[in-house]
Amino acid sequence: MTEPLLRVESLHRHFPYTRGILFAKTIGHVKAVDGIDFSVATGETLGLVGESGCGKTTTSKLILRLDEPTSGRILLQGKSIHDMQGEALREYRSLVQAVFQDPWSSLNSRMSVGRIIAETLVVTKWGSRRDIDQRVAEVLVEVGMRPEQAQLFPHEFSGGQRQRIALASALASKPKLIVLDEPVSALDVSIRAQILNLLQDIQERDKVAFLLIAHNLATVRHMAHQTAVMYLGQIVDYAPTEELFSNVLHPYTKALLSAVLPDHPDSQTDELVLAGEVPSPLDPPSGCRFHTRCPYVMPKCSQEEPALREAAPGHFAACHLNT
Amino acid sequence: MSGDVVLEVRDLHTHFFLRRGVVKVVDGVSFSLRQGEVLGLVGESGSGKSVTALSLMRLLPQPAARTVHGEVLLEGENLLTKSTGEMRGIRGRKISMILQDPQTSLNPVFTIGDQLRESIAKHYPGDDKTVMTRVIEALRKVKLAAPETRIHQYPHQMSGGMKQRVVGAIAISCGPRVLIADEPTTALDVTIQLQYLKLLKELQQSSDLAILFITHDFGIVAKMCDRVAVMYAGRIVETGPVRQVFDNPRHPYTQALIASVPKMKKQQAGRLPTIEGQPPVFSDLPPGCRFAPRCPLADERCRTTYPSSFTVGAEHTADCWRLEAAA
Repeated sequence: MTEPLLRVESLHRHFPYTRGILFAKTIGHVKAVDGIDFSVATGETLGLVGESGCGKTTTSKLILRLDEPTSGRILLQGKSIHDMQGEALREYRSLVQAVFQDPWSSLNSRMSVGRIIAETLVVTKWGSRRDIDQRVAEVLVEVGMRPEQAQLFPHEFSGGQRQRIALASALASKPKLIVLDEPVSALDVSIRAQILNLLQDIQERDKVAFLLIAHNLATVRHMAHQTAVMYLGQIVDYAPTEELFSNVLHPYTKALLSAVLPDHPDSQTDELVLAGEVPSPLDPPSGCRFHTRCPYVMPKCSQEEPALREAAPGHFAACHLNT
Repeated sequence: MSGDVVLEVRDLHTHFFLRRGVVKVVDGVSFSLRQGEVLGLVGESGSGKSVTALSLMRLLPQPAARTVHGEVLLEGENLLTKSTGEMRGIRGRKISMILQDPQTSLNPVFTIGDQLRESIAKHYPGDDKTVMTRVIEALRKVKLAAPETRIHQYPHQMSGGMKQRVVGAIAISCGPRVLIADEPTTALDVTIQLQYLKLLKELQQSSDLAILFITHDFGIVAKMCDRVAVMYAGRIVETGPVRQVFDNPRHPYTQALIASVPKMKKQQAGRLPTIEGQPPVFSDLPPGCRFAPRCPLADERCRTTYPSSFTVGAEHTADCWRLEAAA
């Protein structure tokens, strides 16, 4: 198999939990990300789904090098990203970009659109002033806007257009991977389809890979080639998207699927309503972390942690039911 | 399934009086709600759906907003002519509301028990013991585990889903006939959302409650509602029984909105159908049909004159000139 664009190997991020101020003592760790492995292929989309607190955002921060892992590593094109510095780190930042959920807080309201987009290019030393201006005009057109709009400020745009601007600034440095953290959930329903289509067009044309973090399974199913389901810091189900949704092997995936709202009054799914809520990552349940909410729980589940194993061709699930 | 009309809204107009002019956020909204029925009011942000709800509750931001015209008949009584004091006796007991974010609708410095007691004691005064019995009963109804200990806790000691249950308990504690739920699950995780929707459905069925469910999500409408009203830029553009609207949406906006949502059943290849452009801003509304600038079927008349409402089926109406011939 060829080397994937991005490879994540047994990644952990534990946040120490302290008591006291002056002589602070570590009394535990929040295991936000606790041993995950996945890869993203060139020009493909990996969907990362899970409820709040499952570690999706921590994972994206680690990939963006906004945070350092406790252990494990991330490789871009086979090279570890953790010891990159100076020029190499600058290049990494131009290759890996991000679009965040809320375009009202992700764009600096004191900068013109042109400067927002140019910022990455200036930082990564794209070229001369003229080259940069030209590139800004180019990406604005790519996201369906007009070059003159570079003069305007973010407050002059609606949510959908702001998200286009955020996308333009991510695209400017010709990245190979864009982390999309809930890219449409803050947008109006009638605008979402426009942005999803735009993302697909860009992927097709530029062969850029996406790491799509989303909680809406229908969006993930529409966009992603591969999908990973996270629960309390771990990947519990990981497969090509169609396989994951049509051959449901993990009870948590099943629960997420049954929580998807129907698209017609008559297409009510058979419900699997989970009891309780996601336990605290400070003190995750023993054995399988999902066993406290799982309707198929067996005695074994609270003692033994199920490994993520290939339960069907290409489909990895961590559940004792499949052994 | 559905009985008498408990709430009827007739030609409601709520305007915001701002320094730069008058903004007509609710511009002639009419609908009715029957006993034991769930009516979905769907629209995008800024379509006026929440302002409609606040107008019914008489909780509009003062002095900027005022309902300038219309009637809100709750069991035959017009709420808009009630005094502030009379309204206080009605809110909670006859009509109540669940807001989107439990984080902001609960007071952080009072215990859960205190907050429930406040509304119950207002309508059913009694000694501490009887009020507390009612408090615990309300928390049982929303299936909050161990209510006897929960009443001594503060909101920050609970998760989002539990807090929203408490908000629900406050809303139903005095046995209202009508419940307005304004995006009650938007702030919740998907599996918790499913729990909460099931709970609302059970409460509605057990006490024959009428619910006005405000949402932007057609999935929630499909799951919860008997009838649906679609709002766009301050007006209801289509209303009808939920199956009819899903099977045969007649307004181009409803059609496009339903089509543009990614579907779960089959993986659609390629592009999603989109709605071009942006929703209009209230300070600059198009003169004719408000959807005309984004509508692929719009003609000259659509751009100049707001369409009449045409009946296209049993209880199914839509505001679109293209339906004139069919009607």
